[in-house]
Amino acid sequence: MSEFIGDWHALLVLVIAGFLPNEVWRMVGLWFGSGVDEGSDLLVWVRAVATAILAGVIAQILVTPPGALASVPDWLRYVSVAAGFAGFALARRSTFAGVACGEIVMLAGKWWLG
Amino acid sequence: MPFPPLESPQWQSHLRAFAWGLRAVGSTVLTLVLFATYLGIGALAHDTHFSLGWVLLSTLLVWAGPAQIVLISTLGSGATVIQAAIAVTVSAVRLFPMVVSVLPMIRGPQTPRRRLVLASHFIAVTLWLECFRLLPQVPRERRIAFVHGLGCGLVLVCLVANVIGYTLAANLPQLFAAAILLLTPLAFLLSTARNCRQLADILALGLGLALYPLASRLHTGVDVLISGIAAGTIAFAVQWWRERA
Repeated sequence: MSEFIGDWHALLVLVIAGFLPNEVWRMVGLWFGSGVDEGSDLLVWVRAVATAILAGVIAQILVTPPGALASVPDWLRYVSVAAGFAGFALARRSTFAGVACGEIVMLAGKWWLG
Repeated sequence: MPFPPLESPQWQSHLRAFAWGLRAVGSTVLTLVLFATYLGIGALAHDTHFSLGWVLLSTLLVWAGPAQIVLISTLGSGATVIQAAIAVTVSAVRLFPMVVSVLPMIRGPQTPRRRLVLASHFIAVTLWLECFRLLPQVPRERRIAFVHGLGCGLVLVCLVANVIGYTLAANLPQLFAAAILLLTPLAFLLSTARNCRQLADILALGLGLALYPLASRLHTGVDVLISGIAAGTIAFAVQWWRERA
């Protein structure tokens, strides 16, 4: 098992920095969820913050790209996402059309850059 | 995908409902996005020297694409466990309102909380979106079994994708790997935009994107939390003010 997963340290890191931070929010939701009214101001605020945090995570991946994405120049990453959003809007909010559009622009840009 | 009508005997056993949940995995384009995302996570884990078992276990235990990407890339860039834990905790706050909003659809009036633990664990963007789409076609007393089937199916697809991504990583052309990693921000941005119903949601998305680059200059380690709370609160305040003005 130690070959396959890594040492106990790697496993501990996974539990502390990966499993617990996510599971805590799910279990808090399960525990308190039944008492919260769907239309309440509190939930509207929590949802707005959650959406903004997800937007921040998206921006983080674009601004400080992981792995191979770092090989794509900054401007091309931003232009690709903007193109994806334009495709999404033009194709009547189709996620698939938007994703395809963004990917094509990125691949075309890389090809053009050589 | 057509489901049997609500009163059909097809829904009489839990096992059948589980099987319908499994089958529903093949009915959505999001499965494809998820497959590609986890292909990318597998490749990223390989490039940052995590073991295959570790990344598979992270998919089982964490089950949230952006959180796994944040976890692997922050640990890979030499951050401490505490810094990584804070970054992941922050990216995971969004799971709370998801669980709160979807559980009323899954549970019956008498369902005890402990029967919802596994279903809650499966909740992440994809399952959350699919529940709103599919659950109205499933009889209420079989929804837990259905969600278990759907969740297991999606996890299985992602584990397979992890293995393929991990093994291919060494031979994956860089362009292809970059294209896979771009899928995550694109798919999450667009599926969130699609789900925006109120003014507060739209503002939160736009402001959240705009404020992060500013907050990241603070280098606090919790930049996403700062920009997220600021943008979300402004968005909420604008909607609150418009409704009452």
